[in-house]
Amino acid sequence: MAAATGTGRKHGEGLQGGRGLPPARRVVIGGGGLAGLTLALSLAKGSAGGLDVTVFDPALAQPAPGGDASRASAIAAGVRRMFEALGVWSAVADRAEPILDMVITDSRLADPVRPSILNFSGEVTPGEPFAHMVENDDLINALAAACRQAGVTLVAEAVMGFSAGPDRVSVTTASGEEIEAGLLVAADGARSRLRDMADIGWIGRSYGQVGIVATIGHERPHGGRAIEHFLPSGPFAILPLATREGRHRSSIVWTERTADADYLLQLPAEDLHEELERRFGLELGEITLLSPARGFPLSIGIARRFVAERFALVGDAAHLVHPIAGQGINIGLRDVAVLAEKIIDACRLGRDVADEEALLAYERARRFDTVTMGIATDGLNRLFSNDFLPGRLVRDLGFGLVERMPAVKRFFIREAAGLVGAVPRLMRGEAL
Amino acid sequence: MAGTTSEPRHSAGQRRTVDEREVARFAALADTWWDPRGSMRVLHKFNPVRVGYIRDEAARHFGRDPSGLTCLHGLSVVDIGCGGGLLCEPLARLGAEVTGLDPAATNVEVARLHAERGGLAITYRDETVEALAARGERFDIVCAMEVVEHVADVGAFVAACCAVVKPGGLLFMATINRTLKSYALAIVGAEYVLRWLPRGTHSWEKFVTPDELTDAIEDNGLSVLDRTGVVYNPLADSWRPSHDLDVNYMLVAARPEQREA
Repeated sequence: MAAATGTGRKHGEGLQGGRGLPPARRVVIGGGGLAGLTLALSLAKGSAGGLDVTVFDPALAQPAPGGDASRASAIAAGVRRMFEALGVWSAVADRAEPILDMVITDSRLADPVRPSILNFSGEVTPGEPFAHMVENDDLINALAAACRQAGVTLVAEAVMGFSAGPDRVSVTTASGEEIEAGLLVAADGARSRLRDMADIGWIGRSYGQVGIVATIGHERPHGGRAIEHFLPSGPFAILPLATREGRHRSSIVWTERTADADYLLQLPAEDLHEELERRFGLELGEITLLSPARGFPLSIGIARRFVAERFALVGDAAHLVHPIAGQGINIGLRDVAVLAEKIIDACRLGRDVADEEALLAYERARRFDTVTMGIATDGLNRLFSNDFLPGRLVRDLGFGLVERMPAVKRFFIREAAGLVGAVPRLMRGEAL
Repeated sequence: MAGTTSEPRHSAGQRRTVDEREVARFAALADTWWDPRGSMRVLHKFNPVRVGYIRDEAARHFGRDPSGLTCLHGLSVVDIGCGGGLLCEPLARLGAEVTGLDPAATNVEVARLHAERGGLAITYRDETVEALAARGERFDIVCAMEVVEHVADVGAFVAACCAVVKPGGLLFMATINRTLKSYALAIVGAEYVLRWLPRGTHSWEKFVTPDELTDAIEDNGLSVLDRTGVVYNPLADSWRPSHDLDVNYMLVAARPEQREA
């Protein structure tokens, strides 16, 4: 923390004077994860230095460690285009693994053969896969470097409090500094402290499920295939990672009821390996755990509002969805694309950086979309997390229909790629 | 208000084109200028279209990149009939050196206070464009948006506006056309049906057609570069530029680099 404070003060001093920019041209972002850093970079690049952007997060004290322990995300095509437009995709492209096809099976654990009920071969445009697996730490480091280059101030400190008024928002940092800005954006995750301070309510509930996440090494190459086994306890997803040091790797998201997950996570390594193998299957040969298995309680939730006076929420601070469809990060980054576009467009009309009309337009565009996605993923989870025959019939028939209708499949692929509906400029791969 | 009405008459030789009753009507509205949901709601909705037009035309004329956040940097602007400063503030944020002019002292006070709170350096004066013209002041950009339909003498007002445009500078004007459609929409629709504006805000007879305005401007040695209509989309509750000049329209004119002898 001492080191973090030191870094903060150094950056903070430069900040107070800004670059001579008035509060109406200053943005403070609380939280330096994927959403926070991507927003900072979008605003800095979109304004060509016309906005003073600062990101606060104690985790910025050192680079993200990377390696097998990093979590990984399926970056949809729309988000990849956005990273390309922002000039960061090239920094992670050689470590990103394209998802070339996706197989969904519906089975009980004991079924000897898991019939594939749906098979997507996913390209949104020729040569453009609908998603890539990227390790989060790689992205964070690439984004932080690009932010520094674009003139964003990164401060390894937390935001402790703020007060918003009609003319500006005063932000207090951990080292006691006070910064005047036009807009504060909370990108500090699902348990956002800034959201609580803004007195914005949260509607949510727990699934009573835990997502176990780990990096797995396997003998044979995965061939770019993502597999989702819909087991009665919940989905078990195998997602292809880039080969590193000659090792074939995949990331898994293994959903279990909370009590079962707690039991599994305390098993000796050998027994856990056996449980894992029962689910992973033997198609890719012998498997090894390359990282500790970590459990994340699964819940769904949405903030009652996405904006308040001189305040906005993005990413997990605004909404949480079930990871069943791998959309959490993608919808968070869509928030970022929309908010950045509204802010930059307002500033180009000489309006305040926290222009009320722009913030409300952001909320209108994103809150409905998020609720739709929340309901869809929630429905999928309820449909699949059971062993009740009618449920299995419905989902098998449903997917069977999808399988037989190419147009519907194409829609699902474009939807999963984030390219359906009013697509913000950044996600079309355009500059702001 | 008292200050407005007891304001000394301008000296002989300056024709005063302000209609006193009009000034009093707007001064009464001054406190609500900055409430986007208040009685100036229509103007707040309309404002982005005006700013976008001025920004794009000025960027083209002066060779600036309109996507820059300060694309009007260094250009002097005067906004005639600035009201509470709704147009002055965005233009100042875009980098322009802005002077706001309004004959109503109350408006100027409201505008000055608001700009100070937002940390914007804008010069506000409660005087007329005729006074400015008499002193020989000149600006890169002169704006008279939604003013010409309220003045007593259109010809004299346009002449004064043109006189304060620098050689090579631009004049922007926006007003309402005098057509059957504008009577239906701007008077009956806006004042009586939708109640966007207080009754009596506009009188149809004072509306000016695009050709009349163009002639008046070109008589003063400027040439009109573009005329654009502004139409209301009731579904989106927003205004957008259009080819339809029948009701609301804006135009931009340029004074040649070399002043005629």
